Amino acid sequence: MNFNATFIGQIVVFAIFVFLCAKYVWPPLMAAMQERQKKIAEGLDAASRADKALEVAQNDAAKKLREAKEQAADMLEQANRRAAAIVDEAKAEAEAEAKRIVAAAQSDVDKERNLAREELRAKVAELTMAGAEKILQAEVDQAKHSELLDKLAAEL
Amino acid sequence: MASSGNGEHGYATASDYIQHHLTNLTYGKLPEGATTCDGHLVEQAKWGLAKCGEEASQMGFNAIHVDSMLWSIGLGAIFLLFFWRVARKATSDVPSGAQNFVETLVEFVENNVRDIFHGRNPWIAPIALTVFCWVLLSNLMDIIPVDLIPYTLELMGVKFQKIVPSTDPNITLGTAVFVFILMIYYSFKVKGFGFIKELSFTPFNTPWLIWFNLPLELVGLIAKPFSLGLRLFGNLYAAEMIFILIALMFGGGIFVALLGGAAQLAWAAFHILVIPLQAFIFMVLTIVYLSQAHEDH
Repeated sequence: MNFNATFIGQIVVFAIFVFLCAKYVWPPLMAAMQERQKKIAEGLDAASRADKALEVAQNDAAKKLREAKEQAADMLEQANRRAAAIVDEAKAEAEAEAKRIVAAAQSDVDKERNLAREELRAKVAELTMAGAEKILQAEVDQAKHSELLDKLAAEL
Repeated sequence: MASSGNGEHGYATASDYIQHHLTNLTYGKLPEGATTCDGHLVEQAKWGLAKCGEEASQMGFNAIHVDSMLWSIGLGAIFLLFFWRVARKATSDVPSGAQNFVETLVEFVENNVRDIFHGRNPWIAPIALTVFCWVLLSNLMDIIPVDLIPYTLELMGVKFQKIVPSTDPNITLGTAVFVFILMIYYSFKVKGFGFIKELSFTPFNTPWLIWFNLPLELVGLIAKPFSLGLRLFGNLYAAEMIFILIALMFGGGIFVALLGGAAQLAWAAFHILVIPLQAFIFMVLTIVYLSQAHEDH
């Protein structure tokens, strides 16, 4: 346990250790650790940003869904209204058609009736003539009495 | 020393055994007029390995503890190579096991530096890391059974071997003085002449008491490296001593040997607490001293 040059040797040796450590060991380790720290911080940041984006997207999606539902409801209502309108229209048309058919039938009936009446009148005139002829035993001048007969027929 | 067959590994007495374990492998200059181990007078100064403790102490300052120096360099190299290998491949992605381990240590040191040292100096943290790892590794050598490496080397012809650098006061004081040199350097670099002023005007801020302040502060200043180096040395030397004493028990019959085994296990378990604690204290005090050197009052 003597005090000797080992003392000086250790000072020199230790100085070299410190120099080598500070030059070749510390900087790369520190750089790697700081870079990792930065990476982790960035990762956490990105995660929180993604979280926010997700929330926004979810809100957006919910809004869109709500809008779509509203739109669908609107469309359904519109369609219902339109269907009702079409039904109403068809009903009105059918009614009008029915009226027209009825009217046409009425006019046909009227026409037939008038025709029958004219025929009947003519027949009556003829029958009257024949009767009168028989009554008078004479021949009635057709031409002479036709005016009278027509007047008679018209009065029937 | 290993002349007779009786006693521990052929040591004459227990005291010889202890003495042998406390002697460094010393290379130095044996001066003129010194006595060699076998009692001869040295007629001409010569360089060489000391053959016994007496020769080593007669060499004075012109000697170097080869074992302490080599173990110190070796442990420093282990630390630097391991850390350098990891640092070279350091990735900012998911770190491997070795990188995790290294980063844990680096972060531990970095946190301590950040807590204690408030200036901006990129050298402080690497200094602290080197101090911590080196002291830790050299303290860890104490856990290796005391006879394992020295005895193996003795069989190979190396007479003395102390494998724990931190039980050599030259080594611990050298490390502490390296820190002291940095303290003085940074004190002057940061404060310039203010450093002298600080020494002269504390604790009494008056020119009339410089004669009192200056010696007081200088003693305080010089006490720092001494306490730093001797604290580490004292703790490790005492622990090593106890290991050696326990090792003596192995020569005292089966019962004492078993007791010795238990004692060694117990002491090693306790010493495992001391090893990182001393390394931590050394590192923290290094940071504190360097921090004080940077602070202007």
